[in-house]
Amino acid sequence: MKKYNVATTISYPKKGAMGKTGSWRIFKPILDKAKCVKCLRCWIYCPEGTVIRNKDDTVDIDYDYCKGCGICANVCKVKAITMEREAKKK
Amino acid sequence: MTIMIDTGNYIAAKAAVMARPAVVPAYPITPQTTLVEGIANYVKSGEFKGEYICVESEHSAMCACIGASAAGVRTFTGTSSHGLLLMHEMLHWAALARLPVVMCNINRVIGPGWNIWPDENDSISQRDTGWIQFYCSSNQEIFDTVIQAFKLAENEKVLLPVMINYNAFILSHTSMPAEIPEQKEIDDYLQKYKPKWKLDVNNPITFGNIILPAAYEKIRKDMQNSSENAKKLIPEIAKEWKEKFGRYHGGLIEKYRCDGAEYILLAMGAIGAESKVAIDNLRKNGLKVGLARVRAFRPFPKEEILKLGKQADLIVIDRNISVGSEGALFSEVKAALYGKSDAKVYGFIAGLGGKDVPYTDIEIICKKSINGRVKECEWYNLEGV
Repeated sequence: MKKYNVATTISYPKKGAMGKTGSWRIFKPILDKAKCVKCLRCWIYCPEGTVIRNKDDTVDIDYDYCKGCGICANVCKVKAITMEREAKKK
Repeated sequence: MTIMIDTGNYIAAKAAVMARPAVVPAYPITPQTTLVEGIANYVKSGEFKGEYICVESEHSAMCACIGASAAGVRTFTGTSSHGLLLMHEMLHWAALARLPVVMCNINRVIGPGWNIWPDENDSISQRDTGWIQFYCSSNQEIFDTVIQAFKLAENEKVLLPVMINYNAFILSHTSMPAEIPEQKEIDDYLQKYKPKWKLDVNNPITFGNIILPAAYEKIRKDMQNSSENAKKLIPEIAKEWKEKFGRYHGGLIEKYRCDGAEYILLAMGAIGAESKVAIDNLRKNGLKVGLARVRAFRPFPKEEILKLGKQADLIVIDRNISVGSEGALFSEVKAALYGKSDAKVYGFIAGLGGKDVPYTDIEIICKKSINGRVKECEWYNLEGV
């Protein structure tokens, strides 16, 4: 990887450079694999790259880094992803 | 070399195109309009081969400059007054990102009180953005400074954006002859731009990420160091330009008849040019007055001004007002002398709202100062207050 010698804010790719951002999550995406039709819209739209595409085009969610934005649930055409609150209200 | 007789804006357009930027985002505003129109004419003639982007605002124009520059190409744009103010956030952004964007700003009054005439409050209010600021006093100087600006901004010891300021209408819309070198000479002088960092899909990086306090402070200090480097480079570039192209407009300041002067007048932009006539007349009358036209306001030439302050008393004309304080140049001149010189410094506010400042008025300003019949900071020839 090429590094630049300029005094400005350049950061280089590294997994979890900001720590485990999954701890920021308030709503958690829950995937119902039985409903999934492998269209991969969630994988395309996830802004954080936390939808993991498997070899057979099924998907999993990396909860270490998923911030719970809900875009995947929103773009899912078959409503296979639902957003659930992380901690229930008392 | 050819002689081009044209307006400041068309001559700036010629210079910009000869520097071969890859991207020129443009949003028109009076009195800058004919600058971007001039570049559009070169698109039509085929002389400008870069991307000309008609953006929807000045904020977008600066964003497009930043985006293109971050992708590793040379960029240029122009604006004026309210357009410059709308860019304000992105001016800081370009400087902190260390992107060598070059821009002309045609100094125009800020509204309300809608007014399109010359006044330097627009660019003075951007002085803390990290941009290098030049103030020009002739169309020839505009041409030469635009080319020199790319050389300066892209120097790896600088990497700061450069703003070339010149007065609305007095320069932007007035035709004067300017010597234009051949394209090959400009190409030899201004080598192809090699970015010091860039956004590249083959070498992915994140730019502008979160940064902790200690690291941020280092970035600011590096900008300050780079600006100090620019202070050394500006006179060197001006000297090299003189050797190559035979023209010289001064380094950080342009001195005129300062030898033996007991009073030195400091001014910027078109008033700086007009002052030469006043100095000639005062000298004819036996008054020992010289002129130091401040060409670079950022970085501020405090060492050179201190030298002047050790030689003479100083008279400062500001075509701007920092409301609640005084003229910006006046403040900075005094700060440069503080504790090191006993020179008297007289400040005048003149020509706000585009009010004409002829050499006759400049002579009166100098004579009043020499006679000591002035307040510390005076609004010259203010009507009806």
